[in-house]
Amino acid sequence: MTRENYLSKLKNRTLFIQGDEAAAYGALYAGCNFFAGYPITPASEVAELMAKELPKVDGYYIQMEDEIASIGAMIGAAWSGGKSMTATSGPGFSLMQENIGYACMTETPCVIVNVQRSGPSTGQATLAAQGDMLQARWGTHGDHEMIALSPSSVQESFDLMLEAFNLSEKYRNPVIFLLDGEVGHIREKVVFPDINEVNIHPRNISKEKVDVFGGMRIPPMIEFGQGHRIHVTGSTHKSNGMRDVVSQEAHDKLIRRLNDKIESNRDEISKYELHFTDDMEYLVVSYGASARPSMGAVLKLREKGYKVGFLRLITIWPFSSTIVKELGKKVKNIFVPEMNLGQISREIERFVSCAVHPVSKIGGVAHTINEIVYEIESEVKKY
Amino acid sequence: MNIRFTGFGGQGIILSGVIFGWAAILNGKNAIQTQSYGSSARGGACKCDVIIQDSYIYELVPTGNDILVAFSQPAFEKYKNSLLKNGLLFYDSDLVRTDSFESNSFSISATDLAFKEFGQKLFANIIMLGFINSKTKLINAEAIEESIRQYVPSKFADTNINAFRLGMKLN
Repeated sequence: MTRENYLSKLKNRTLFIQGDEAAAYGALYAGCNFFAGYPITPASEVAELMAKELPKVDGYYIQMEDEIASIGAMIGAAWSGGKSMTATSGPGFSLMQENIGYACMTETPCVIVNVQRSGPSTGQATLAAQGDMLQARWGTHGDHEMIALSPSSVQESFDLMLEAFNLSEKYRNPVIFLLDGEVGHIREKVVFPDINEVNIHPRNISKEKVDVFGGMRIPPMIEFGQGHRIHVTGSTHKSNGMRDVVSQEAHDKLIRRLNDKIESNRDEISKYELHFTDDMEYLVVSYGASARPSMGAVLKLREKGYKVGFLRLITIWPFSSTIVKELGKKVKNIFVPEMNLGQISREIERFVSCAVHPVSKIGGVAHTINEIVYEIESEVKKY
Repeated sequence: MNIRFTGFGGQGIILSGVIFGWAAILNGKNAIQTQSYGSSARGGACKCDVIIQDSYIYELVPTGNDILVAFSQPAFEKYKNSLLKNGLLFYDSDLVRTDSFESNSFSISATDLAFKEFGQKLFANIIMLGFINSKTKLINAEAIEESIRQYVPSKFADTNINAFRLGMKLN
């Protein structure tokens, strides 16, 4: 069966599936044809579905011996013309950090799914968390930019995966897909689109021998096996790919370009959703699973007469600093419900002068609406 | 409306929740389903939660259950206190004793009935689904039957539909 036949059978179908599975279907729609992974709760369903479905679209699924090998295989597949993905959770994500840096340095388009569970270490294997938000940004060493997205529903897990692949191709950068065990494991309704109506960003491939590591901000790629010799290295390199690990200028030029290609497009990459921000006195900022009860809490607080606005971050990295700065000027307090001890809350503090309150919950269970209402109400009543 | 199905892993607890959730969606409602993972899903006190609403669901964790379904004594003991004050308890009287626990409860001998009527215990969960729906009228029966057909192996579909219809007739 060809990919077209396979996807035409899914057209306009509604399924009751988990966020993990929706992410995998999103990848199939995006044209993913290579998955290398190692099973881990709560991400195994991504691998399971890819193992079952990828052969049907002439793709390859390979279970590797561990997460380090998984991401290595995935990066290699991308250089051979594949659209590649892996999926893991905290412990595996930690193991992948070195090669995430390699993917940044070699400008390899690929998608790394991290279905977050409670950590550190093996933590609570079967339960949800949002504890890897900063690890996604800074987990690998050295100066680098990162793109990370976080869906709040099963439908969005599908939709945003298309975006993840597109961004990775457009900016030649790895994209971290930050699911959490909650959204990854709930079953919800998903409606599949017509593949002909889906926007897919094609890889920029040069048939000619060109510099693939410089010469322009986002250079084209060359595919292995198409007749050109090319050197791909994680060491500092010149625009033709050859190592130059001693020149200050070479390193400065390369790393600044790699950072600049994301940083200068920050506002274009940044996606978010706003509710009730016109007349607000207080702002709630959340993302992923936490954004669901957060929005429920905002609605409830509005009913009680509190002028609360809501910002849902869809793109986590690069951080949506422009909108956060702007909204921060309008309010007295910002509340940040998240399933960690204040990771994004801390990032928000960098851009606003008002008070920022983390509404943290850890231990594997999502916030309830009433828990968030209670925390916000008791703070607001002090004024 | 929060419904929690509980029992031993292997009794079709999770399947019951998935069938019910999908039936609710076929009925034009919103539904989310979650389940327990790890060792409890393979034995012990396994649970499957379904939240059904007309409006969009913001609450991901049920804060109390309107309906609790118990298929094992350990699961009943573990989850009985999650039942809301006016909630309904459904249990298999072959497997669960509620003793002094006070609630609006309904019981049937689902496992025994499944064995007698269909020759296998594994239809007990579907008989119970029929029984729950006859008492609560939560979702129309056609939607549940369509959902059953989608989720059970096709060679057992007719028997499962018969089990569901049997449950619908029980008092």
